Amino acid sequence: MIFLTRKAEFSSAHYYWNDAWSPEENERVFGKCANRNGHGHNYTLEVTVAGEIDRTSGFVVDLKELKDILEREVVGVYDHRHLNLEVPEFRNAVPTTENIAIAIWRRLDGRIPNAKLHRVRIYEMPDLFADYYGEP
Amino acid sequence: MKAYLSRRYRFSASHRLHTDAYDAAKNRAVFGKCNNPHGHGHNYTVQVTLGGQVDPATGMVCNLADLDSFAEKYLLARFDHTNLNTLECFKNVVSTTENLTVEIYRIFENFTAARLEHVHVEETSNNSFDYAGGALPAPAKISGTI
Repeated sequence: MIFLTRKAEFSSAHYYWNDAWSPEENERVFGKCANRNGHGHNYTLEVTVAGEIDRTSGFVVDLKELKDILEREVVGVYDHRHLNLEVPEFRNAVPTTENIAIAIWRRLDGRIPNAKLHRVRIYEMPDLFADYYGEP
Repeated sequence: MKAYLSRRYRFSASHRLHTDAYDAAKNRAVFGKCNNPHGHGHNYTVQVTLGGQVDPATGMVCNLADLDSFAEKYLLARFDHTNLNTLECFKNVVSTTENLTVEIYRIFENFTAARLEHVHVEETSNNSFDYAGGALPAPAKISGTI
């Protein structure tokens, strides 16, 4: 088994808000992230897949194919979009770094030929990132 | 669903690697330039990883503001712009980054909003240390090991 990691970047707007709470409660819990005008980040995505090396090609996965999958499933959907308003999985879930990691896992799991998705790591900023390994 | 949140903090501190269990010559031989009696310093980067179920209401493993204020109070206020050798935790152990990493792990074990999984400390861009809890060597007779 060998692990391969591919990076991708996207820039998106979001805010943190739970409709079940009062505005005061949202502001208390989420602080400045609750500003309804939104704010944004340059996100860096690291997708790690695990698999066996193909004896002929020497690849675990074709990196170009993985790049295209990330572009189609994630970057094309998230980049230069408002996550709360334009990405369906965040209609009813707060687009925190943790939830973005889980959402990207769901978008990619089972879609990578010849390899198993191992980890989704998403950096909101260089000093803050979340990991998801598909655990329940 | 269980996810992991990692946050990086930075502080600057001085230290000197030295143990009274060795004589001066042996300290110099073992610790080299790190044994300079006047000390030297680093910009340390600490990366803490916390794991837990994502709260469906907040979308969070833990509230980052709580983690940051904990780190400010118990990590940065304690270590930033200090001489590590003068601190209580390095009274009986050498202020290596191995020992510092274990001490920082002990600090964040007290953060109760999520479970501490891992501490990673970079002393320089070339040297980094990791500790995820678990067994440490039994206390040694000499004071130079933890």
